[in-house]
Amino acid sequence: MSLENEALEKTKLTPKDFATDQDVRWCPGCGDYSILKQVQSIMPEIDKAKEDIVFISGIGCSSRFPYYMNTYGMHSIHGRATAIASGLKISRPELSVWVITGDGDSLSIGGNHLIHTLRRNFDMNILLFNNEIYGLTKGQYSPTSPEGKVTKSTPIGSIDSPFNPLKLCMGANASFIARTIDRDPKHQREVLIRANEHVGTSMVEIYQNCNVFNDGAFEVFTDKNMKEEETLYLEHGKPLLFGKENNKAIRLLDCRPVIVDTADFTTEELWIHDETDRFKAQMLTNFFDNPAVEGRLPRPFGVFYVEDRYRYEEALEAQVQYAIEKGGKGDLNELLSGHNVWTVGDE
Amino acid sequence: MVKKVVEKQEVTIVFAGDSGDGIQLTGTQFTNTNALFGNDISTFPNYPAEIRAPQGTVAGVSGFQLKFGSVEVSTAGDICDVLVAMNAAAFKVNLSQLKKGGTVIVNIDGFDKRNLKLAGYEENPLEDVALESYRIIKIDVTKMTRAALVDSGMSRKEIDLSRNMFVLGVLYYMYNRKMEGTELFIKQKFKGKQDVIDANIKVLRAGYNYADTSEIFTSRYNVKAARLKTGRYRNIMGNQATAIGLVAAAQKSGLDLFYGSYPITPASDILHELAKHKNFGVRTFQAEDEIAAIASVIGASFGGKLGVTASSGPGIALKGEAIGLGIMLEIPMVICNVQRGGPSTGLPTKTEQADLMQALHGRNGEAPMPVIAAASPSDCFKTAYEACQIAIEHMTPVMFLSDGYIANGSEPWNFPTADELEEIIPPFAKEEDAPYIPYKRDEMLVRDWAIPGQKNLEHRLGGLEKDYLSGDVSYDPDNHQRMVKTRAEKVEKIADRLPLQEISNGEESGDVLVIGWGSTYGVIKTAVQQSVKEGLSVGHMHLRYINPMPKNVKEIIGRFKRVIVPELNNGQLVSIIRDKFLVDAEKLNKIKGIPFTTAEIVAAIKKEEVEA
Repeated sequence: MSLENEALEKTKLTPKDFATDQDVRWCPGCGDYSILKQVQSIMPEIDKAKEDIVFISGIGCSSRFPYYMNTYGMHSIHGRATAIASGLKISRPELSVWVITGDGDSLSIGGNHLIHTLRRNFDMNILLFNNEIYGLTKGQYSPTSPEGKVTKSTPIGSIDSPFNPLKLCMGANASFIARTIDRDPKHQREVLIRANEHVGTSMVEIYQNCNVFNDGAFEVFTDKNMKEEETLYLEHGKPLLFGKENNKAIRLLDCRPVIVDTADFTTEELWIHDETDRFKAQMLTNFFDNPAVEGRLPRPFGVFYVEDRYRYEEALEAQVQYAIEKGGKGDLNELLSGHNVWTVGDE
Repeated sequence: MVKKVVEKQEVTIVFAGDSGDGIQLTGTQFTNTNALFGNDISTFPNYPAEIRAPQGTVAGVSGFQLKFGSVEVSTAGDICDVLVAMNAAAFKVNLSQLKKGGTVIVNIDGFDKRNLKLAGYEENPLEDVALESYRIIKIDVTKMTRAALVDSGMSRKEIDLSRNMFVLGVLYYMYNRKMEGTELFIKQKFKGKQDVIDANIKVLRAGYNYADTSEIFTSRYNVKAARLKTGRYRNIMGNQATAIGLVAAAQKSGLDLFYGSYPITPASDILHELAKHKNFGVRTFQAEDEIAAIASVIGASFGGKLGVTASSGPGIALKGEAIGLGIMLEIPMVICNVQRGGPSTGLPTKTEQADLMQALHGRNGEAPMPVIAAASPSDCFKTAYEACQIAIEHMTPVMFLSDGYIANGSEPWNFPTADELEEIIPPFAKEEDAPYIPYKRDEMLVRDWAIPGQKNLEHRLGGLEKDYLSGDVSYDPDNHQRMVKTRAEKVEKIADRLPLQEISNGEESGDVLVIGWGSTYGVIKTAVQQSVKEGLSVGHMHLRYINPMPKNVKEIIGRFKRVIVPELNNGQLVSIIRDKFLVDAEKLNKIKGIPFTTAEIVAAIKKEEVEA
């Protein structure tokens, strides 16, 4: 190893460099621990200096996250993290900005900011920890809780129709849409790295188990006996396969997805995942059936959709440059005097 | 015919018409021409909330009042000398403001059967004998305009859009003003539309010539240039002055200006003005709502920029929680409230000063912040500049108060040069000072500002109560009390840098002290000067710094026997004065969406009973 490389090796950050001296205060067994670990683990790989990374959160259990990241960070107010991150990104386009939010924070009180952030397509990463419950306020239903959910605020069951978060994001013109889950660290890592690489707003929904108020909400997607049948892992350019030893596949029949036996078709006849296809991505977000319903489609995980679209902050920067080219760099004296000046006295 | 020239010291004119009649533009042009001529001026636009209220109705009347003079002018005038009414509704709404013997210039086409009915007149009021005490000048503006443009090839609808230019031409003749400024304006405004330029200039000149050759005026009026303080002047509106003040502060602090806001009357013009100044590195962001606007400002400030938002009362209410976050984070931010009539949606286009308590207290918890208020359109510049200076140098959100009256009003401004503006020094942390202790404070209790990108200064901030030094989350009871006290003391300490309060006008001590704040400056000044002239012992103290107040306010109050606090609200500053200084201050309140008249304040000084 050359001296240079050795020096480089020494300065190379490790996940530990991104941990803070604060005690992590989530409940023992919370899915947030796994997400924190994966995020810390990818940080040394994202090619940004520690001081150029900012984590911004709203309010909720997950929003404690920035305190545990040894970067710049802000634990802000309920629902506003995306809006705060927007102002930061406009002002400092060079920073790597990460928004940490939950299903209550970003889909209920902060819903408006989420959709507008997505359509503007700032280059930032939004990690939406979805546990389908309000944890910090001790167990009320959330906008993603399923119908009929019995919680403290819905003793006879929830009558709210839940959001399908990724479908909402698709509707808001998000340029990167993905889903992963707390119990699959490897997949989480892959998705987080993809999200970071994407230039634009990367929307990552992370299924996260709240073992205190909503334990097992996503068990069907992680349980050894069920997950093969219930989950569909997306890979660009590959057919949509699932089931035991990938014995099942998705095929499009009259523009509708149907489950077929893999053996009955050639690969070309199956639905091949194309993450740049907006129409197919739209359809994939609709794979949202209740896992208890007969004939359900499996729940997709991975990158649904990627689109290269202009970023708000870059366009604004271009306008600033255009204004300077056209009008010259602003001269304060000219601004103060305006164009219609008169003089009183002997000046 | 040679016409008699009558000298006038000051003249008040009200232009009134349908909100689609171009009244605001006409008033602004007349103002600019007189300002450039050298008159002192004060203006007061008064327009309806509806963009196009039903044509011809009283609800749709748009007004523009201005007073110009060869003497000092501090208000747009109590009553007017001249009323220009484009239709019957405009006549109906404004006649009560015309002084006896005053002149009314009416567009008689606006008094046809239909317009009379829409205005709610049974009979044509122009034929009423009661009007004999006024001089009525009837002009068929519509007919004249159409005749002037008969060969223009334009449609009747297009032609009628130039009617306001005819009236403007008439007034330029009446007051012996040159039309070059307006002609230049027309050329710039309609650049690329030669036919429109030609039509407007033709009608403007037609109006001037009509007034010259017809026998409608027996005399012309001459209002000489005012003897203003030596210097260079321009005319400026309040919102424009605010915007320029923000840009100037950004330039002098070396910080780029980030302006996040959501459109709202009467604050939107600040956004429009700033959006034009991107070549100063200004980044404007029209957010999805009021909360996003201030949230984006928090993000920008956290990133080391000068973050500013503006709104009016309803929007400020929505921003309350986020302002509290700014107070906890102790980052610089300026929140402008261009106040309007409230509560709720209230009177969007009318003026009021009823958000003072909101500015001081409108947040959860103990959340003190500096509050400063502009006194006139041009003072908006200085006040906005100072708001930024205090915010940056003291690491705090600052509330800047203006209102609809000064935001849309205009006056001549003896503008400064860039060099004359005080430097603003952001208290940035230095990388070599690591480890960074986020809430370590200097003697003014100001913490250092470390921003993303600075190596080894990484830190986390948040809205949870923080440890006195480290800024880590702390639930310690003593620490909370200490932090609440410290945040309050930090704001109080700003008084150390403020100039001492002065008597703004009138006597330094004596019988009556009139205490004002915000847009009532001009009218209180006029009332106090008038009272002093009449031999009364009256002083005027105008507060620009409301939180904290200058240190000698109590001492000044002590020099007078009586204290009166006129406000366009139900009594807010008066409560603060009573509370802070234990003085039996008297209220004078007007809550009609319009400014005080001089007479109302004079009457209060004299203890006369009048209905405000």
